[in-house]
Amino acid sequence: MSIADRINPLARKLPTWVVYVLYLLPVPVLLYMAQTGGLGREPVKALEHELGEIAIQLLIIGLCISPLRRFAGVNLLKFRRAFGILAFVYVVLHLLVWAVLDVQTLERVWADIVKRPYITVGMGAFVLMLPLIATSNNRAVRWLGPLWRQVHLLTYPVVLLAAVHFIWVRKGFQIEPILYLAVIGGLLALRLIPKRARVAA
Amino acid sequence: MAHRWKNDLTRADATPYAAFMNRRQLMGGALGLGLIGAAGAARAAEELVPNSWEDITQYNNYYEFGTRKDDPARNAHTLTTSPWTVKIDGLVDNPGDYSMAQILDAMTIEERIYRFRCVEAWSMVIPWNGFELADLLTMAGVQDGAKYVAFETALRPDEMPGVSYPVLDWPYVEGLRLDEAMHPLTMMATGIYGKTIPNQNGAPMRLVVPWKYGFKSIKSIVRITLTEDEPPTSWNKANAREYGFYSNVNPEVDHPRWSQASERLVGGGLFARRQPTLMFNGYADEVASLYEGMDLSKFI
Repeated sequence: MSIADRINPLARKLPTWVVYVLYLLPVPVLLYMAQTGGLGREPVKALEHELGEIAIQLLIIGLCISPLRRFAGVNLLKFRRAFGILAFVYVVLHLLVWAVLDVQTLERVWADIVKRPYITVGMGAFVLMLPLIATSNNRAVRWLGPLWRQVHLLTYPVVLLAAVHFIWVRKGFQIEPILYLAVIGGLLALRLIPKRARVAA
Repeated sequence: MAHRWKNDLTRADATPYAAFMNRRQLMGGALGLGLIGAAGAARAAEELVPNSWEDITQYNNYYEFGTRKDDPARNAHTLTTSPWTVKIDGLVDNPGDYSMAQILDAMTIEERIYRFRCVEAWSMVIPWNGFELADLLTMAGVQDGAKYVAFETALRPDEMPGVSYPVLDWPYVEGLRLDEAMHPLTMMATGIYGKTIPNQNGAPMRLVVPWKYGFKSIKSIVRITLTEDEPPTSWNKANAREYGFYSNVNPEVDHPRWSQASERLVGGGLFARRQPTLMFNGYADEVASLYEGMDLSKFI
């Protein structure tokens, strides 16, 4: 029995709300840790970073779904919307911690968005997610028809902007955000492989 | 010559609790009225309340031991700090390898409570123990042609897990103009809170230049060289647009990627307000004259 044959029946049985519950658990855990010293001596930056990192991980999971089906026959398509919505939830939390607890005034928030390229890039990713979140429901899928797929190609620039934002926030040459960019680049490159070529092989 | 500079107030003058609470209420009222600027101006004259030992020793930038803030506290125990030798060379009368014991014998240790402002816009108040760099340089005998002082951190791949990554061009190097190095505020720290300085804070001896961003205050120094020309400095080599040779704390000149107008005092928890950053980190009266006639937006 192949891996796909083992996973697919399990995935069919697993309700999507399990994914939501599991992936929302880090929120209360992180808030508790931030209050009790578990995130170190400066919890605001740590919280901001953890939330951002979970968001980018969720975006990457979302990008894995279609290659998994295409190249490994593993069908997790029914969870893709959950991962996308959860990524948006974490982006919003990341943004709120940054604006309210870190930067603290509207004036400074606006100044940062306009003046700091890495924040401009991050905000760009957030804005591009808005049409995605607005159309992440069955009614929008029906209403938009084939256009829905086109709109959701926006996930590619969103995740690339997120990776650039992550690299840019660090000082010096650091490995971690570059690894994220490499993984994202790899997942996007898989989409360039023509479908016919695979059939011919 | 020790004790040339005194804190405006020290821990010995600790504010009685009731008065402290009173002022907190006043400040709270001021904040409520939106008079944050006024409260900030008053802060310069206030006494400095040092951060906790935990804040100071568990939230560090010391990339030789990793880039996360808690990496140095976790990893720096591997650094062998005894025996330790500091090479003093270049334009000095008495060049040579000085052991830490020799240096400590010749110096008078005193406590200095300084603000510490990181270029990343966080800050602390730290009660250092150490001696004035000027005393060490005088011991080495500064020659006439010397205009700058170059510093170098130990580079020990066996003891420093972080240096296997090219985050910076190792070893870490820093530099000061000679007048900055000889300034009575500039010190070599060998202790914190009266205890031996922990490895993650730069044991056994690190520079402290309180009016400059923290990365200028180079840690675990193994070499001091008096030079005629401006020496290369690590962050400037990594990104000259973002990190200049001077790197004086300046709320009016932003880092290209973030504002330097305000800072987050470490240890305040989730809901602490940012506080305004002070010119030269609050030491303008002492050091502004060093930069007279210089355009501080150009000489970053």
